Amino acid sequence: MNIHEYQGKEILRKYGVAVPNGKAAFSVEEAVAVAQELATKVCVVKAQIHAGGRGKAGGVKVAKNIDEVRQYASEILGKTLVTHQTGPQGKVVKRLLIEEGCDIKKEYYVGLVIDRATSRVVLMASEEGGMEIETVAANTPEKIFKEVIDPVVGLAGYQARRIAFNINIPPELVGQAVKFMMGLYRVFIEKDCSIAEINPLVATGDGKVMALDAKLNFDDSALSRHPDVAEYRDTDEEDANELEAAKYGLNYVTLDGDIACMVNGAGLAMATVDIIKHNGGEPANFLDVGGSSTVETVKGALDIILGDKKVKGIFVNIFGGINKCDVIAQGIVSAAQQVGIHIPLVVRLEGTNVEQGKEILEKSGIDIVVADSLSSGAKKIVALVG
Amino acid sequence: MSILVNKDTKVVVQGITGSTAKFHTKQMIEYGTKIVAGVTPGKGGEKVEGVPVFNTLSEAVKATGATVSVIYVPAPFAADAILEAVDAQLELVICITEHIPVLDMVKVKRYMEGKKTRLIGPNCPGVTTAEECKIGLMPSYIHKKGHVGVISRSGTLTYEAVHQLSQAGIGQSSAVGIGGDPIKGMDFIDVLKAFNEDEDTYAVMMLGEIGGTAEEEAAEWIKKHMTKPVVGFIGGRMAPPGKRMGHAGAIISGGKGTADEKIRAMNACGIEVADTPATMGETLIKVLKEKGIYDACHTH
Repeated sequence: MNIHEYQGKEILRKYGVAVPNGKAAFSVEEAVAVAQELATKVCVVKAQIHAGGRGKAGGVKVAKNIDEVRQYASEILGKTLVTHQTGPQGKVVKRLLIEEGCDIKKEYYVGLVIDRATSRVVLMASEEGGMEIETVAANTPEKIFKEVIDPVVGLAGYQARRIAFNINIPPELVGQAVKFMMGLYRVFIEKDCSIAEINPLVATGDGKVMALDAKLNFDDSALSRHPDVAEYRDTDEEDANELEAAKYGLNYVTLDGDIACMVNGAGLAMATVDIIKHNGGEPANFLDVGGSSTVETVKGALDIILGDKKVKGIFVNIFGGINKCDVIAQGIVSAAQQVGIHIPLVVRLEGTNVEQGKEILEKSGIDIVVADSLSSGAKKIVALVG
Repeated sequence: MSILVNKDTKVVVQGITGSTAKFHTKQMIEYGTKIVAGVTPGKGGEKVEGVPVFNTLSEAVKATGATVSVIYVPAPFAADAILEAVDAQLELVICITEHIPVLDMVKVKRYMEGKKTRLIGPNCPGVTTAEECKIGLMPSYIHKKGHVGVISRSGTLTYEAVHQLSQAGIGQSSAVGIGGDPIKGMDFIDVLKAFNEDEDTYAVMMLGEIGGTAEEEAAEWIKKHMTKPVVGFIGGRMAPPGKRMGHAGAIISGGKGTADEKIRAMNACGIEVADTPATMGETLIKVLKEKGIYDACHTH
């Protein structure tokens, strides 16, 4: 799960990780009130959306007085920002962060990630702050320093210190930088983050080290033990169908085409999307009904698909293992009887309880095109949608 | 021969009294798997499908001599179940459970260092040695005894591949689902090594997907060490970047982990990759013929 920058900074502040003073604002009046409360010479008005590249898209402005705060807030609120991470449709700004400006001497990058190769949390840092870490990795890999963290002892002081010296933090600020990294690691572990990226971390003219930006992502599998983090969810930032699907425990990703699919298992679901495309069709979604489907979840999945106006046909591809074909078949029949399916429906069933599943579909009298393999199913749905 | 499990393997089911575990315990026993014990804390003394249930794993192992466990325990408690299996010094633990928090797995992997227990999964369909022993979720009827090893990050894609092979008369030695999580037990290379050393395996099918670089590393390993032909497939060619495609590990991040990149790396190491999931079987058969081992792999 992603959260906004201001929410990430709220969490960091609770852990004693240095961030500039600031507060969220949902209207121009609130923005002005926050700026008045901050009473600093310079205020930064920052658009809050779940995407990077806000500055270049005009979503971050430095205001020198209250009038400018009012002006920038009214310009940015409601504006659609298009950045390299939003897609061409962009994202509408509904929240702002009003923050005290600071005198930046130098920018750095500090991030914590989970490394698959070592099965450990890794601290990464670079003196090339403000740039995307992928770009730094591609162009000047020697400028990225890494520390692999042993979960038994956690981030050791010497590791944080070594990173601080390696990225050339001024010696008098190393102590602060170490404290910063240790706090960030505590947040990462205690809140089950999947990414904690501070880009940039800044050293200021008045001798402080703080997070100018904060990107925290959280492990969805651990959210149930962090109700405080779960509350930060901003549903405006998420796809409506994906949200609806999550209620049923389904994995759903919206795509651009017109052929919907419903599959069990992520690998087969990805492969089904691929084969629709390979046969000349355009997939409308990725949908993995997961491992413990019930009649209700299958019906829920079909409701989401049928609610998507661009969908012109459905391909159900089930290879039951933990899922049972008869349960899936029952869900299809139940959805068809209650809401009616008036577009082509191709169903391929294989695996656990396949005979019972096929029998349920046959007896239902619903208009279904049966496919006996992945390949024929994909070809049939592409032909039917045309 | 086969890898990891066979007809003599004694298996204990952790979390045996849950509904999924009960269903699959029955299926596994019907397949011929020697399920000797189950564990559910507080349910010691009960029986599931005639299998005795114990309160603790160490008790179960002591009483039955089980060497392999399979875990169906719910996600919040599953990491603890793996630790219990490692502590009991089992040879192999197969964790079916999905949605284990990643940081729990970081601790588990640290705990496993220097210990003898090997882990398959989590978030995996298990291991099947055809017509001998099935541990996990794989549908029974799709397997056919033979000489092709199958390794996959996905459950249902494993079934699809195995089914295509069996339908074409190509049997399997063992099929191993290594799971879709970013932090897991045995990886492609560990399982490839086992297949390379197994005299009953003549060729291997490796099914990967977007996210991470395990396929690229496996391709390099294959080029250097593998003496048997390997055929691949990569799922997720159409996956948009930054989106988690069902599996926690299936995500293209920072432009890395794309299907195209993996296919290129595999091709560069001499591994043929099937164009579509429907041609995984065909592609393997083509390579078996080229290598002159089709007849040895084909069961009539």
